[in-house]
Amino acid sequence: MAELIKVGMADLKITKSPSVLTTLGLGSCVGIALYDLDIKLAGLAHIMLPDSTQIKNNANKAKFADTALEILLQELKKAGAQKSNIVAKIAGGAQMFSMDSQSDIMKIGTRNVLATKKLLEQYKIPLKAEDTGGNYGRTIEIYPDSGKLLVKAIGKGVREL
Amino acid sequence: MTRSIDDLNSLHLDVLREIGNIGAGNAATSLSVMIQKKVDMKVPEVKIMDIGEVPGILGGEENLVSGIYFGMGGAVNGNIMVLMDIHSAKMLTSMLMGKSPDTIKFDEEVPLDDMDRSALQEIGNILSASYITSLASLTNLRIDLSPPSLCVDMAGAILSVPAIQFGEISDHVLMIENRLFDGNNEVTANFFLIPDENSFDTLLEALGVS
Repeated sequence: MAELIKVGMADLKITKSPSVLTTLGLGSCVGIALYDLDIKLAGLAHIMLPDSTQIKNNANKAKFADTALEILLQELKKAGAQKSNIVAKIAGGAQMFSMDSQSDIMKIGTRNVLATKKLLEQYKIPLKAEDTGGNYGRTIEIYPDSGKLLVKAIGKGVREL
Repeated sequence: MTRSIDDLNSLHLDVLREIGNIGAGNAATSLSVMIQKKVDMKVPEVKIMDIGEVPGILGGEENLVSGIYFGMGGAVNGNIMVLMDIHSAKMLTSMLMGKSPDTIKFDEEVPLDDMDRSALQEIGNILSASYITSLASLTNLRIDLSPPSLCVDMAGAILSVPAIQFGEISDHVLMIENRLFDGNNEVTANFFLIPDENSFDTLLEALGVS
């Protein structure tokens, strides 16, 4: 029986097949899934903000794209992943509310996605697929055996990336 | 010194509860005038919660909920969000529209129609304006409210918006839970007060509890 492991907001976890990692109700946050198909190992981070260096209260490293990605990579390597085998899929970064004044905080979804992509580039991790932006929430599941990323949204059914 | 939610003591909470109380009273009165029926209320609860706990009280991260979001301007900058479960949103919409709650189709397959959407936004307006009015009169501060923006989606996704805003300064959120009654029908509306980092100090100082 495959176990479904939940990753909360500002949290990250890794697992091996047949277990599956999920994070529920991504809004402006971004779900970063990294996996190594050779050893069927996957990791998932649910980040809330793009950059830990811009924030004073940055003790929770899983909350920020930069520090979460760093830790996720370390944990995957510790569990036996080869850096050269690791690839990524991402989802989320929506703008849930539309406001007249486009303040920075309203565009946080876009900023989270941009920061994540830039970091993946810096680490030279190929981005295999993404389902980002829009104005709706997403639940995602990452399957370490196939690298399949399921994206569910209300009224939109399930997409497979 | 700039303070955050984490620095609130019981005196601060009492003051915020009292503001919530007056705000809820105003809201019940406005609603009651609008629907020409008696609307009762319970004493609101002020809660400081870990961000991760909030979706639980709304039935889980994937549960369909309704969020109405406002910007605050003037002396206090930040945002307010009114969050309701679908039952409460349906009840309030039906009260305002003078329909039976059963006629309001509202689920994962059928989104709200335009009339119901604007009714729901109007309810958000009444609730948050009542709250802001009591906050403004107690603090003698001028607080402006932007027009509402409505989103009906997964609880986790909607909550990510205040969570991220709070997240820049704290891992906790400030929530005021209001319960209103119309006869046997009970509705719950949760307020999230999200002042900017500096506005939080302004508020506490104006309330005389800094």
